[in-house]
Amino acid sequence: MKANCWMGKKKVQIQEVPDPKILNSQDAIVRITSTAICGSDLHLYNGFIPTMERGDILGHEFMGEVVEVGRNVKNLKIGDRVVVPFPISCGVCAACEAGMFSLCENSNPNAWIAEKLLGHSPAGVYGYSHMLGGFAGGQAEFARVPFADVGPLKVPEDLTDEQVLFLSDIFPTGYMGAEMCDIQPGDVVAVWGAGPVGLFAVASAYLLGAERVIAIDRFKYRLQLAKDRAGASDVVNYEELNVQDALLELTGGRGPDKCIDAVGMEAHGHGVTYAYDRAKQALMLESDRPIALREAILACRNGGVVSVIGVYGGFIDKFPMGAILNRSLTIRAGQCHVHRYMRPLLERIQKGEIDPSFVITHRLPLDQAPKGFDMFLNKEDGCEKVVLSAN
Amino acid sequence: MTIATEQTRRYGEIGERRAGTYQEYQGYNRRFSDRPQHREEGAERRARGLGWFSIGLGLAQIGAPRALARLIGIDDDEEARNTMFALGLREISSGIGILSQPRSAGWVWTRVGGDVMDLALLGKAMGAQENDRNRVAVATAAVAGVTVLDFITGQQLSKSGNGTTRFEGGRVIQPGRSTTGIHVTEAITIKRPRSEVYGFWHNFENLPRFMAHLESVEVLDDKRSRWKAKAPAGASVEWEAEIVEDRPNELIAWRSLPDSSIPNLGTVRFREAPGNRGTEVLVALRYDPPGGKLGALIAKLFGEEPEQQVKGDLRRFKQVMEIGEIVHSDASIHRGTHSAQPPENLNDVELLGMTGSPQGVRS
Ligand SMILES: NC(=O)c1ccc[n+]([C@@H]2O[C@H](COP(=O)([O-])OP(=O)(O)OC[C@H]3O[C@@H](n4cnc5c(N)ncnc54)[C@H](O)[C@@H]3O)[C@@H](O)[C@H]2O)c1
Ligand SMILES: [Zn+2]
Ligand SMILES: [Zn+2]
Repeated sequence: MKANCWMGKKKVQIQEVPDPKILNSQDAIVRITSTAICGSDLHLYNGFIPTMERGDILGHEFMGEVVEVGRNVKNLKIGDRVVVPFPISCGVCAACEAGMFSLCENSNPNAWIAEKLLGHSPAGVYGYSHMLGGFAGGQAEFARVPFADVGPLKVPEDLTDEQVLFLSDIFPTGYMGAEMCDIQPGDVVAVWGAGPVGLFAVASAYLLGAERVIAIDRFKYRLQLAKDRAGASDVVNYEELNVQDALLELTGGRGPDKCIDAVGMEAHGHGVTYAYDRAKQALMLESDRPIALREAILACRNGGVVSVIGVYGGFIDKFPMGAILNRSLTIRAGQCHVHRYMRPLLERIQKGEIDPSFVITHRLPLDQAPKGFDMFLNKEDGCEKVVLSAN
Repeated sequence: MTIATEQTRRYGEIGERRAGTYQEYQGYNRRFSDRPQHREEGAERRARGLGWFSIGLGLAQIGAPRALARLIGIDDDEEARNTMFALGLREISSGIGILSQPRSAGWVWTRVGGDVMDLALLGKAMGAQENDRNRVAVATAAVAGVTVLDFITGQQLSKSGNGTTRFEGGRVIQPGRSTTGIHVTEAITIKRPRSEVYGFWHNFENLPRFMAHLESVEVLDDKRSRWKAKAPAGASVEWEAEIVEDRPNELIAWRSLPDSSIPNLGTVRFREAPGNRGTEVLVALRYDPPGGKLGALIAKLFGEEPEQQVKGDLRRFKQVMEIGEIVHSDASIHRGTHSAQPPENLNDVELLGMTGSPQGVRS
């Protein structure tokens, strides 16, 4: 089959690779119809996530049709149309039972690598480094899906791929980002990053009752999308305004009640701190650049919540712990526990409360994945989200 | 009785019993006691050198912060001076630490921490325009060199034991001192009842299902069993072991019979996890890779990181108990590193713990 493979820093390539095979009795093989490129893939592309190998098949946002099932698969049958959540979860361990699916204790065969870097290991993830399992990803014609009875969600025929594909990751992720904020009536929420994840965080904050939502980014077209399509009440372009001043002004000097970091480890910035973080990252003294995160912590009102869904991989520096302690801030974070949001969010889509396809700006055949990566990385041609059609 | 005292009591009891087996172990393995010493001496000498380097550098940073800042090309301002002073104190304290500790792994690691801090500050200076970049670059390189040295020394010192002194089996264990062989303790929590977890393990013939290096275990009678492990290049090693203690749902202790190719002993304990979380499984084992030709083979067989292997085995044990089989990824089915791509042919790979055909139903 054809698959989009990681070939080194800033290099992905379509390759001919063996078809996936059933390796466990609860596996299914899915013939992929649609798959997407995620901001998380950019961290791999730019070489910021350790333990990648040349030839790794990328992709963790995919859907398609079941074409083969292992002998212990009970809920799925050949021909079912499914969306696959990006964390791989066994469904029976203590973490899965508690609904913390991205912390599944059984799905990462390489847990020992993750333990070295993170202390304990999270769940395995498709196409996301060997530290997270060494699972082949879904930017391909077929994919092997372990624990097929636990993850994949059957989707009704009357919804298009584009309407349901993002149940695999970014819609639940944005939603969880908002949910972790514990939004109360009257809350003003600020979202750093108007990428696809940020847009879903904006939209979800409204679904969960926010009064106003402020989006922060530097790309005008992205801020426009945040306003026009996700419904942001205000936008702040950090290249034109000082973010702290703008937020104080927008919130009567209090600061946003809840802050969401939808930027992650490769935040962009200005001046000395940006140079500082880039230099430290280059010297391998800090793996992540927490510019947006620091800003969110400092901006948040006393007693507020900072919800982190942007991905961090390792270590950060100059972390404003003083602000967190002295101002009673709550920090919450996580890789999305996608499984627990898929069904309720599918219902919202069916009810017409939201149509997630609004983030899509580019549709390409799988063959052109390398071009998609490039465009998405460089924010060319108004690129917000690239969907690849596979079959 | 509170839970805490109940647990303390249980620990103590197990500890006493284990002290006996540990002592025996010491006895019959003393013959290997001089081997790892050589490399340690070099490391120790280097550690002492670093100790003096630290103190010298520390004094310079405190006494002549200005000159030192200029020397390494950092702006001589208030902030730089204060930073230098702090760094100096840190250098001196870690230098004195290294010199005053007989075995100084812990303190060498504070040096590594300190080096990273220096590098961080230099990295910051590099970002700022005003400083002489060349000089900063040279200083960064110099500190980086020391970091590498620190790192190697720290690693060697802590490798020769676990670096930490442990209280174990009712006595203090100082790794890297009198003991040889390899000692591993690992733990995992399994969401199954204690009797089930104990029962599965107790049937030793089950062990190869999740222990990656075991080929087979044959139970000979109610005490003795014959173990066969995989070695590289299709070879295998065998030994016999006996159960020295067996307390249902609590503990199994075993050791190899005299003249084994791999003298080893171990215990596995099972205890109730608080909050209805199933069973905590705690493994402690000690084995001695013998010298000579076989030694090399065994060392390879057990890999470089015994902890990791035992933890891996425990993790697979958990998978077998909780979901009935071992979870594979496209990369994990290969020995060594392999890209995350499906295998060409299933016959080429080893699916540990797979029973029956993995073949699915195709459309
Ligand atoms: N937690 C999860 O489960 C999960 C799931 C999916 C994605 N993610 C992460 O979410 C993040 C965003 O993903 P995406 O697909 O939207 O990526 P993206 O690259 O499209 O979006 C990131 C946006 O952040 C903006 N940005 C950069 N620096 C900024 C700053 N200092 N202040 C404000 N905005 C800034 C960029 O301009 C860009 O528009 C990534 O880190 C990704 O890995 C997390
Ligand atoms: Zn994603
Ligand atoms: Zn699980």
